Amino acid sequence: MASTRPRLLRDYKATPGAYDEVLDASGAVRPHYQMLMAELEDLGAEEIQRRWETGRRFIHEQGVTYNVYGDPMGMERPWELDPVPLMIAAEEWKSLEAALIQRAKLMNAVLADCYGEQKLIHKGGLPPALVLSQLDFLRPCHGVKPANDVFLNCYAVDLARSANGKWWAISDRTQIPTGSGYTLANRLVTSRVLPEVFRDCNVQRLAGFYGHMRDSLSRLAKRRTDDPRIVVLTPGPHNETYFEQSYLARYLGYSLVEGQDLTVRDGKVFLKTLSGLEPVDVILRRVDDDFCDPLELRSNSMLGVPGLVEAMRNGTVAVANSLGSGLLQSPAFMAFLPGLCRQLLGEELKLPSVATWWCGQKTAEQHVLANLNTLFVKPALRSRAKGMPPGGAAAMSPAELDDLRKRIQFQPHLFVAQERVQLSTAPTWLDGRLVPRPVAMRVYVVAGEDGYHVMPGGLARIAPLDGARMVSMQSGGSSKDIWVLNDGPVPDVTLLHRNADAILLRRTGNNLPSRVADNLYWLGRYAERAECTARLLRSSLIRLNSESASSAIALLEPFLQTLEAQHQLPEGHANTLLSANAETLEAELLTIILDDQRAGSLSSITENLLRLGMLVRDRTSNDFWRALAMLGDSINHSASAPEFLIGDAIVVLNQFLLQLAALHGLAYENMTRAQGWRFLDIGRRVERTIYFSSFLGRALKSSIADTPSALEAVLEMADSSITYRSRYNLMPHIAAVYDLVMLDEMNPRSLLFQFRQLTKHMEKLPAESAAQPNAAHRVLIELVARLRLADPMELAHSSVEIAATLEQIEKAMPKLSDALAISYFAHSAISRAGDTRDDG
Amino acid sequence: MTFRITHRTTYRYAESVTVSQHAARMAPRTTAHQQGSDFKLQIKPAPALKSEHTDYFGNSMCVFSVQGLHRDLEVTATSVVRTTKPEAIILAVSPGYAKVRALFRDPVSPDLCEPYQFVFDSPQVQCHADYAAYALASFTPETPVLAGVRDLTHRIHADFKFDPTATTVATPLEEVWTKRRGVCQDFAHLAIACLRSIGLPARYVSGYLRTVPPPGKPRLVGADQSHAWFSVYCPTVGWVDFDPTNDCIVGEDHPMVAYGRDYSDVSPLVGIITGGGEHKVIVGVDVEPI
Repeated sequence: MASTRPRLLRDYKATPGAYDEVLDASGAVRPHYQMLMAELEDLGAEEIQRRWETGRRFIHEQGVTYNVYGDPMGMERPWELDPVPLMIAAEEWKSLEAALIQRAKLMNAVLADCYGEQKLIHKGGLPPALVLSQLDFLRPCHGVKPANDVFLNCYAVDLARSANGKWWAISDRTQIPTGSGYTLANRLVTSRVLPEVFRDCNVQRLAGFYGHMRDSLSRLAKRRTDDPRIVVLTPGPHNETYFEQSYLARYLGYSLVEGQDLTVRDGKVFLKTLSGLEPVDVILRRVDDDFCDPLELRSNSMLGVPGLVEAMRNGTVAVANSLGSGLLQSPAFMAFLPGLCRQLLGEELKLPSVATWWCGQKTAEQHVLANLNTLFVKPALRSRAKGMPPGGAAAMSPAELDDLRKRIQFQPHLFVAQERVQLSTAPTWLDGRLVPRPVAMRVYVVAGEDGYHVMPGGLARIAPLDGARMVSMQSGGSSKDIWVLNDGPVPDVTLLHRNADAILLRRTGNNLPSRVADNLYWLGRYAERAECTARLLRSSLIRLNSESASSAIALLEPFLQTLEAQHQLPEGHANTLLSANAETLEAELLTIILDDQRAGSLSSITENLLRLGMLVRDRTSNDFWRALAMLGDSINHSASAPEFLIGDAIVVLNQFLLQLAALHGLAYENMTRAQGWRFLDIGRRVERTIYFSSFLGRALKSSIADTPSALEAVLEMADSSITYRSRYNLMPHIAAVYDLVMLDEMNPRSLLFQFRQLTKHMEKLPAESAAQPNAAHRVLIELVARLRLADPMELAHSSVEIAATLEQIEKAMPKLSDALAISYFAHSAISRAGDTRDDG
Repeated sequence: MTFRITHRTTYRYAESVTVSQHAARMAPRTTAHQQGSDFKLQIKPAPALKSEHTDYFGNSMCVFSVQGLHRDLEVTATSVVRTTKPEAIILAVSPGYAKVRALFRDPVSPDLCEPYQFVFDSPQVQCHADYAAYALASFTPETPVLAGVRDLTHRIHADFKFDPTATTVATPLEEVWTKRRGVCQDFAHLAIACLRSIGLPARYVSGYLRTVPPPGKPRLVGADQSHAWFSVYCPTVGWVDFDPTNDCIVGEDHPMVAYGRDYSDVSPLVGIITGGGEHKVIVGVDVEPI
């Protein structure tokens, strides 16, 4: 049979003693892999490689990332995906599906008992210590009944296939089943890279599962409304799976919120929006349960919502998964599932778990102590107890092993031991060929009206090293899409138009969380800061690069002074540079572009831009993100180039400015004129005014302010040269130039235009008082009046009045920004009121 | 004895608080040795919402929320507690330490679930071999368990110095252990850690202590303090309370409020505030015999 092997598998050597997913014992391709292998064979290694590179680019552009704690490479590591899916035959999936549904029902029943009657610990079934000793048994949540008695709304199981071909559960994820968002991203990429293969293989679709998830969450809402508000509660952008949280939120159409975006009033949970407090019906949490309420649970948590447990008790809000569900994540429970299944469901457990001994039981403890060398010991509970290192007993010194033995004897219930799992291997793409890699799969289950539904697919994770026994995305593994085959052709499912029910049309979108408004405002400011900095640098470099570089230096004065005023050059440095030679000046300017360690460099501004973009990922389009990512790429590309000369810099800045224009264009053309867009635009205009008034003030003070070349520079900064020429057809005149760039309401770059736009935004935003404009609005009214009264003709004789106006504007901008923050962004942090102790 | 107990907590914030959520566990429990009555919780400014529950350990808990802008918050708990003198316990007739410990080793009877949960680590009390070694100086396998606990209480009192400046509410037990100093809360935690480390169930009790003024001096109103001690489970007589701070078995001068695994389960008043800035907390306790 080996002779008929596809070429791609010619050098593929299955690991002895492990089950191989693609080849059977005789070395033949298993039936459910045949279509995939034939199609890959047709594509050929070169084409697969080419497509795979497209796929990687797509992952990068989409910003699919995974944060690794303590990674020197920093946050937001690109998501690793292997292009070759893990194939599962239809028949096999059917039996797995039934087993998973049973396991989910069982887990829910155990949770219901532990947080309710507790028959299992009082009358037998579960050793009392297993529940009572766990910090994950949240006593304040005992007796809180979840909506529809669903404790476990979403659930995931990690599965491994042993040498005999059977699937085993290796861990249960009852707390927060992460990865379903990455699964969606994996499917998108894999089906895009291998579209014809995907079609021909009759792969079951995932969309239906997410539809169930949405229905399931909507059904939890207690409030009588067709349109419940559901939010995804995130620990924030530093969390390892922040990407998928925002990805899922966007896909499902929910707001992504942090704890401080929510508040409990009158025993109900509300979202703080610009228009006031909006009731929240359901919280899909990505925060660990004990962190969810600092009042009744972990008191030092800054991620939660004080009063949430009380709101749940009152039944005014539903949380999925219910608080306390983390209890069953302890591997120790695996030892008791077969008995619990018989007791609670009257059935045999269909999905076996990896052999597990919980040392809290005397016989198990003895077995574990006698077999320390072959078993893998880990903490049974979330505790300070340390188990074995990844290498197991073999990686421990006799002294360490002896210490572990003592610790087990001292507090046996803190430890659990499991048999080491030999993972199956699956074909994985590596440097143009297929190699076997250990694989485990995470599969997902969600509660529906008529019982649990299983996602037909999941997240396959592969270990980086051949023969490894553990897989973890934290320790640098990669992932695969899972293709569950269908018996016949697959009908299309989509989340859109799922039912023909009437829909409530909405036009407002005016319930933006204050924190999001804050982020969008700063995104706008940083985008404009990038633009102004790029313009200042480009204009300076062009002048330095000209034939008359030495005479141009005087012209650079206002450019450098503006950079200094905005803290992009150290204080006093502008003048030093102006008297230095052209080489020093040039070198300094190039550093301001590329040095990411330097505050205010274009590179660090771009980093901030990307960070803010990540924070509003769930609110902006994919194209918007792609445009942002491109900005980062152009800078990084230059930074890693072997040489970076003045000519290269001008090319990069040109490209950078075009990309920024694309970003602004996307915002302008694609965002609805709702509050989000307004804050983005307010940010841009505030920043533009800051730079521009700063620049104009300095240009006006220059000794050569009224020379044609200085005025040209002003027009260039304002991107108004063409307008000027079409209007005046003569050498720049100081009054005409300053009129155009300050007072002309038709010129979208003029100062007055910025203020007019800002005023329009203020009029549209919710006001605290209808009678009186707020502080920010008042600053603007004053500035508009001042500009209206300015007379540019005076400039022909003296610049005092105009210079004073510009100075006033420069000083007013920080006030405006603070006033905006107070009116709209105030989401003050929570803190713990001073504790009283028992002093006696 | 009958006491009128007043426990007033005042918060003064530097900046306005927009909303605050609190949980109070201040209502004295009714037990075999005491009768709590006339409990009132007065809150100024008036809370928008107030609800009463019984927590997992059976303590009464009041959750409330103050929603208007406020710079001060005053919470006053008043109640009348009638304590009775417990029947004298003959320490020497309690079962041997090894026998009691065996009850809480696998397999443990489901009937012992209630005391059993107090044998494990809790958020503020983690077992350690050092605590076990310290405790075992008071126990041989045959030592009547309560006699051993009484001796341990005495040793803690002798070996550790009462010093309110040495620790705060957030000081971890390890630090109390190395400093050999602390207050009642620290000593209760330490005794609990010692007992759990040798396999005995022990719980934290919060309450008050009647203070007797020096001869000829009047009783100072409001100078009392909230107090804490521990309780150990003995299969023949149930829970027995010891006060390591005062080196005694708890009697009628110790009106109790609540019990739990450690301080974090029973802190009298916790609050999470939005806004407020820097703030001061003033506590006044008055235990008046009537």
